[in-house]
Amino acid sequence: MTAAVPVPPPVDDSADRSDDAGWLRLHPLTPLLSGGRFALLVLAFIGQGAVRSSPAPGRTAAVLFGIGVPLVVLGGWISWRAMRYRLTDTELQVESGVVTKRSRRVPLARLQAVDVVRPFYARVLGLAELRLEVVGGGGGAEAPLAFLSEDDATRLRAELLDRAAGRREGRAAGERDPVAPPEVPERVLVVVPTGPLVWSTLLGGPVVAVSLLLVALAVAAVVDLSSAGGVVFLAVPVLLGVGSFAVRRFLSEYGFTVAESPDGLRLRHGLLDTRSQTIPAGRIQVVRVIEPLLWRRFGWVRVEVDVAGYSGGGEEQSLTGALLPVAPRALADQLVARVLGGPLPAEVLSAPRRARWRAPLAHRRLGIALDDRHVLSTYGIVTTTTDVVPLAKVQSVRLTQGPWQRRLRLTSLHVDTAGRRLPGAVALHRDAREAPRLLAEVSARARAARMSSRPGRSR
Amino acid sequence: MPLPADDSWSAGTTPWRRPDRRLLRLRRGLTLVLVTLPGLVLSGGLALVEPVAGLAGLAITAAVTGLVLVAVGRRWAAWGYLERDDDLLVRRGVLVRRLSVVPYGRMQYVDVTAGPLARRLGLATVTLHTAAAATDAFVPGLRADEATRLRDRLAALGEARQAGV
Repeated sequence: MTAAVPVPPPVDDSADRSDDAGWLRLHPLTPLLSGGRFALLVLAFIGQGAVRSSPAPGRTAAVLFGIGVPLVVLGGWISWRAMRYRLTDTELQVESGVVTKRSRRVPLARLQAVDVVRPFYARVLGLAELRLEVVGGGGGAEAPLAFLSEDDATRLRAELLDRAAGRREGRAAGERDPVAPPEVPERVLVVVPTGPLVWSTLLGGPVVAVSLLLVALAVAAVVDLSSAGGVVFLAVPVLLGVGSFAVRRFLSEYGFTVAESPDGLRLRHGLLDTRSQTIPAGRIQVVRVIEPLLWRRFGWVRVEVDVAGYSGGGEEQSLTGALLPVAPRALADQLVARVLGGPLPAEVLSAPRRARWRAPLAHRRLGIALDDRHVLSTYGIVTTTTDVVPLAKVQSVRLTQGPWQRRLRLTSLHVDTAGRRLPGAVALHRDAREAPRLLAEVSARARAARMSSRPGRSR
Repeated sequence: MPLPADDSWSAGTTPWRRPDRRLLRLRRGLTLVLVTLPGLVLSGGLALVEPVAGLAGLAITAAVTGLVLVAVGRRWAAWGYLERDDDLLVRRGVLVRRLSVVPYGRMQYVDVTAGPLARRLGLATVTLHTAAAATDAFVPGLRADEATRLRDRLAALGEARQAGV
């Protein structure tokens, strides 16, 4: 791939002009894909127009297809020409941009996770996108490489993770093995079956929305039958929203597979767009176990994880982040203990009884547990949530006490981590004299955990 | 037992340090300008129309000023920070009390900021940032030299104890 294309004219930053070797390009089909994406957009647009039966969509379509699509492909080709990447022992270097040149260096030691994403249209062509998650990425992937061939993507991922972990240092920078290093063997831990996934998705927003609608309809029928139509009309957007969320979540989490490899934890999922996430060991900041009310009689829970700077990007944010979309409690507990590298603290200290004046329903669920390695907190009545934080990942610890809490001699303890979506653990409404002790205890144990985990893992 | 007063765990005999008194003076001055002055003007205007209403306005202005001054004073007194061996403690708040413990090794960067009024009085705010978005430790109203000292000390300690995220 590299041999055929001359190295582009030197960029003027000339920081390291000396070594021009080892630069690689994205897959040559990339421009066609962006054209294809645009064509799909145009099709959707025309389809919409046809539904609304606007006059003469034919000419607009012809213009868009005849001129727009080639233009987009051309633009894609120009930016493809300007884009190149290179892997050295310590960093991934990406240069891009036609008018404004951008040169990016991603230090591999700060790598938190690597995703291989295969959107549906890219899968057709056997292409994949590689996304790196880095501390301080501030939302979105630091350096998305779109698109690579699937082989290149998995190989690059393996190399990135190897070098991030400090393995395989003997080779020259950017050099490619003629015999590609095979993808490290992985051991599948859990595969989520489709049945429970469908049911668990339905037993969330959809069931709630439909039952609310039925109640509203019943009320409307009793009060004034003619208003029932209005209720339905108002409910349509809500139902559509809830439904599309459920469908997208199902599509995204279909075939969820959790596997363990020497690189770290590997999560594969997706029906149309597939995603393969790799989280190196020791990168997990928070694990959250969620037990919605409607799942309780089935004994199901959902497990989510967060790493530093792991955002999943924009809209997908609420969809990804699952470690297990649905699983029986026992299996989930096993997996959580496994990915955190040790059993969870068992002895949960519950909140004092007078917390019921502050949290009448949920006070019985409030609790905190602490051992040498993890701190765990539970809360929530409709959706019982358990947050687990490895003590080595604690960033800061806080106490807060509102006016109502002060009257009841209660204080909340917050344990903050670098997680983006899941902020950490929170022990609500502790006894006001116990809380400072807990604070001191958590701080001291976090310090000890930090000390013992420091050697060997630099940032 | 309100928590910031509880010093059972505040490590040794070191007392909490407070923002400078000049911050208190600044906030009191701001109260007079932003609360009392408009109140007096309004009362004066009312008095021209209806003397009784003017008196009432005066009374309300005095009461509100008193309340705000007390609140400002308590708020100032609630601020405190304590440099321990391994972490910095910051407490604040009257209505909602907060206490943060930030290990030096977790500090990502330290900000020193000063607005125009604070700068005139030679005051600055020191803010600590960790990799966690929820960390909210900051100390306002430090004398410029104290702010610089704190910043440099935090930065040095942070570097010495830096741990990976």
